[in-house]
Amino acid sequence: MSPARLRTHLHGWLLLLPAAVLLAAFTYYPAIATVLDSFFSTPRGARPSIFVGLDNYQAMVQDPIFWRALDNNILYSMSTIPLTIALALLMAVWVNGKIAGRPFLRMAFFTPTVLPMIAVANIWVFFYVPGYGLVDQVLGLFGLPAHNWLGNEHTALACLIVVAVWKDAGFFMIFYLAALQQIPPQLREAAALEGAGRWYFFRRVTFPLLMPTTLFVLINAVINSFRLVDHIIVMTRGGPDNATALLLFYIYQVGFKFWDTAYAATLTVVLLALLAMLALGQFLFLDRRIHYQ
Amino acid sequence: MSQISVRNVSKHWGVMAAVEAVTFEAAQASLLVLLGPSGCGKSTTLRLIAGLEEVSDGRIFIGGEDVTDLPPARRHISMVFQSYALFPHLSVAENILFGLKVRKTPKADRSRRLERVASLLGLGAQLERKPSQLSGGQQQRVALGRAIIAETPVCLMDEPLSNLDAQLRAEMRHEIRTLQQKLGITMVYVTHDQSEAMSMADQVILMREGRVEQAAAPDHLYARPATAFAARFIGTPPMNILTLSPGDDGTVIAGSQARILSQPVEGLLLGLRPEDVTLGGEGIAARVLNAEYLGADTVLTCAVGSQALTTRISGKATSAPDAAVRLAWRPENLHFFDAASGHRRDDVAAFAATDPGGSTQKRLA
Repeated sequence: MSPARLRTHLHGWLLLLPAAVLLAAFTYYPAIATVLDSFFSTPRGARPSIFVGLDNYQAMVQDPIFWRALDNNILYSMSTIPLTIALALLMAVWVNGKIAGRPFLRMAFFTPTVLPMIAVANIWVFFYVPGYGLVDQVLGLFGLPAHNWLGNEHTALACLIVVAVWKDAGFFMIFYLAALQQIPPQLREAAALEGAGRWYFFRRVTFPLLMPTTLFVLINAVINSFRLVDHIIVMTRGGPDNATALLLFYIYQVGFKFWDTAYAATLTVVLLALLAMLALGQFLFLDRRIHYQ
Repeated sequence: MSQISVRNVSKHWGVMAAVEAVTFEAAQASLLVLLGPSGCGKSTTLRLIAGLEEVSDGRIFIGGEDVTDLPPARRHISMVFQSYALFPHLSVAENILFGLKVRKTPKADRSRRLERVASLLGLGAQLERKPSQLSGGQQQRVALGRAIIAETPVCLMDEPLSNLDAQLRAEMRHEIRTLQQKLGITMVYVTHDQSEAMSMADQVILMREGRVEQAAAPDHLYARPATAFAARFIGTPPMNILTLSPGDDGTVIAGSQARILSQPVEGLLLGLRPEDVTLGGEGIAARVLNAEYLGADTVLTCAVGSQALTTRISGKATSAPDAAVRLAWRPENLHFFDAASGHRRDDVAAFAATDPGGSTQKRLA
């Protein structure tokens, strides 16, 4: 290799180095280390970690709290994802139309996304306070009794779902709004000339044309629903009786409260595998049915 | 019987008037062209007829029915958009059938009509493709198909050919006209291309700044333009408009001795089509400025006094720049316009001088 070419290569690698170091140190190494750790026991005091094979995975299968967290998470995902997407689409279609105060509405819908999650969770905790929280105050007007929303096993997860939908819908609305503005207005006019109503036009034209956005939003919504931890820490700490323990929160608990790092690594590997499978499935299944412009 | 009647229609956006007191009628099974430069209000007028915009004032009748307050779908019209407005995710067949499906036309009827339209437009092989897989001309045909499958008595076209190349445009122009006559559709056709208007129209509505400048059949528009603007807009190369000035014994072309009128008249413009000017003979003296060879003919630009005059002569011109030539014309080919208002002045034509255009003398002799 000539000295000039060598220098070009050297410069190239030097420019890549900072990003490569950061990626390796904070993404690739931890990912690989996590997978390896899941095959070892947790080191405790005098006992160093030893190779245990699939023991951690076996323990996980027999762990009722893991199944509870998985069940909770599936319920949480199945309700937040469709609700969030439907609400985002509805708001986007609404603020895309010609209505008074449109910029204000757009801003109002987007505000929850901008607020820090911890602050949001705290505000909602106040809403749910039994007796004098906003929810009970409003219900009290109709003569309904006070209710411990976050303290009840049956309502706590639903409370978290409401917060998540409220928080994410505005964020996804922005993507839908951008996609809606890409649809030429002549399409609506052409359909109007043929006598297509609003709903018919939405069903036959707008919605299919929004499918690329829907896929993008769907994948993000799935990832978000498996990634939730901060709301739970602030609002319920997984309680009552693990009613609001989701997978990532359980991993956090196992890893940083119980310091069972090997088991936490095992749970992480399972969560990642689950997410990868979901994303892949969505792409393979939906991508072929989507029209990209 | 008039199929479309636009009566005193105006459209204002705030203080801006896009269309101002426009009135015209389109006869049944005729092709009416709305012609004008961009921003003249022709597309807005079409959108008002379609019901895509609300009129600020005036009434619109289609098939004898007042449709001014009806939504587009109830006006019994179809429309072809400049951008074609095809649904990108639907196949050609689905695009063409869109309207029939909305109206829940029976399936047998749908496939029969689709077959007919596809063969009419030569789209049989493309029915399963998506619009993005088609050429511009094919997309144009699909848009046309979507309009004619509705079998509405009126079809509106908003610059349908402006996205095509020149050769295809000439082809489609002919095709659309043939289709319109074959199916007996009343068509309103918007264009800024005067050659499209001349070759296709039964009637041309020439618009300028939101108003009707002249409404006439193409031959009439060409032969007797009502204003200097209409005169310049129709014909390639456009009509010469020369400033006239009163001279010693009559009116002359400004800056020359070429006598046009035997009486001195102030504030007058002379219109003269390049194809009506002949070279040679005993006409007025001129100097060649530039020659533009076009194959079948040559456009020669000559200086007469302070004015420039183009003439169209067949074949390749032999005159080099700066050569002295003589230009002649027949007096009946002169058009006079008022310099201030631009309106046609036929009253002064009677004073047309018999001596400047040598051809007059030849004809008399």
